[in-house]
Amino acid sequence: MELLPAIAQGVGLTLYVTGSALLYGGIIGLVLVGAARSPFAIIRGIATLYINVVRVIPPITWLFLIYFGLPQYALRLSTIQAAIIGFSIIASAFMAEIYRSGLLSIPEGQREAAHALGLGTITTVGHIITPQAFRVALPSIATYGIGLLKDSALASTIGVREITYYAQQSARQTHEGLLSFITAGALYIVISLIIAVVARRTDLVLRKKIGVA
Amino acid sequence: MDMLTQWLGWLPNLAPGLVVSLQLTGLALLIGFPLGLLFAVMAAAKLAPLQWISFLFVEVGRGLPALVLLYLLYFSLPDAGITLTSLTTAIIALSWNAGAYASEYFRAGLAAVPLGQKEAALTSGLSGWTGFRIVILPQALRISTPPLAGLAVLVFQASALAFVIAVPELMSKSFEIASISFEYLSVYMLTAVIYGSITLVFLGLVRVLERRLSRHLQRN
Repeated sequence: MELLPAIAQGVGLTLYVTGSALLYGGIIGLVLVGAARSPFAIIRGIATLYINVVRVIPPITWLFLIYFGLPQYALRLSTIQAAIIGFSIIASAFMAEIYRSGLLSIPEGQREAAHALGLGTITTVGHIITPQAFRVALPSIATYGIGLLKDSALASTIGVREITYYAQQSARQTHEGLLSFITAGALYIVISLIIAVVARRTDLVLRKKIGVA
Repeated sequence: MDMLTQWLGWLPNLAPGLVVSLQLTGLALLIGFPLGLLFAVMAAAKLAPLQWISFLFVEVGRGLPALVLLYLLYFSLPDAGITLTSLTTAIIALSWNAGAYASEYFRAGLAAVPLGQKEAALTSGLSGWTGFRIVILPQALRISTPPLAGLAVLVFQASALAFVIAVPELMSKSFEIASISFEYLSVYMLTAVIYGSITLVFLGLVRVLERRLSRHLQRN
């Protein structure tokens, strides 16, 4: 019965690592999707290369590369920093793909209509395209967020004290391996469900406000 | 250039690890995919207990982080009196994980076959099972193949997790070399290159497969 509070100590860092990575990855992803649509072939090429390179390397390899590899160049990172950097890099590539499919779903007529109304490019992107694209992308972002939450368990391998880390610790101390990891698993499932419910609610609200043709 | 000579020196030590990674992936797919199909069919069964078993298998396999599933089996099977090697434990965990995701793709594939096909099979005098086997299933498999191929790539990447229970796969071998040589950056970069290039080859094959399978759809 002491297992739950012991393992739940990790919830904070699990959410912190996942949330930060989703935030930073989301921002870098925006830059990437912009770069991938750039009129310059070189910039497009670099963005595409980045997205592909990031996605073909397993997350655990990324974490080890950053946490163990970078200090060789005197870049000492805390375990939490390394985890956030690693997952942000990974998230950025996936978020860029999600944005791209969101943007693709906006009919060309929307841009033309905005143009015909005399709106500038920035206003069009900011007020017409982005809100609609975001509405379309939101369910995918939520699904990816849940995936990232589960991936964040990997941060335990470099010593971040999140849910899986504490589960491992209590498995070792109490010899209740099965119960410890069932508790950890239940925590992940509960958090996933909360994210899913919040995303669905938001989606319904946005659906009413922002219709997509 | 210095790094390249280092890399060439390490390759012979990493190669056996890569073989284990590929075996692990292959076995997880070989066990996981049929299980996935079985649980997809069970989810559609009329018997409630079958639905429940399928639900439990799929939700645990998808809901838990693969790492937690791995630890769960690793720490619980010995307690249940079952002694398995870490490789076998990893195969079970990855098969479960792969099977759970695969079952969703199979389910979508089965649902995508028009109802008229089933009715036509029955009207032609085929029994329910024969109709399912020779009419419904082949069409469902064709629909599910591209996402399953994509899943296979993810399973290969997930095989790196077996490192945490000391399966002697690629990631473990890299960790070993890194801890002895202290050349962390160089070793893990080589590891990333190996994982990356094999994944790229897989992805290329997936793309060819997708094009072939969708050929019948491009009639106009």
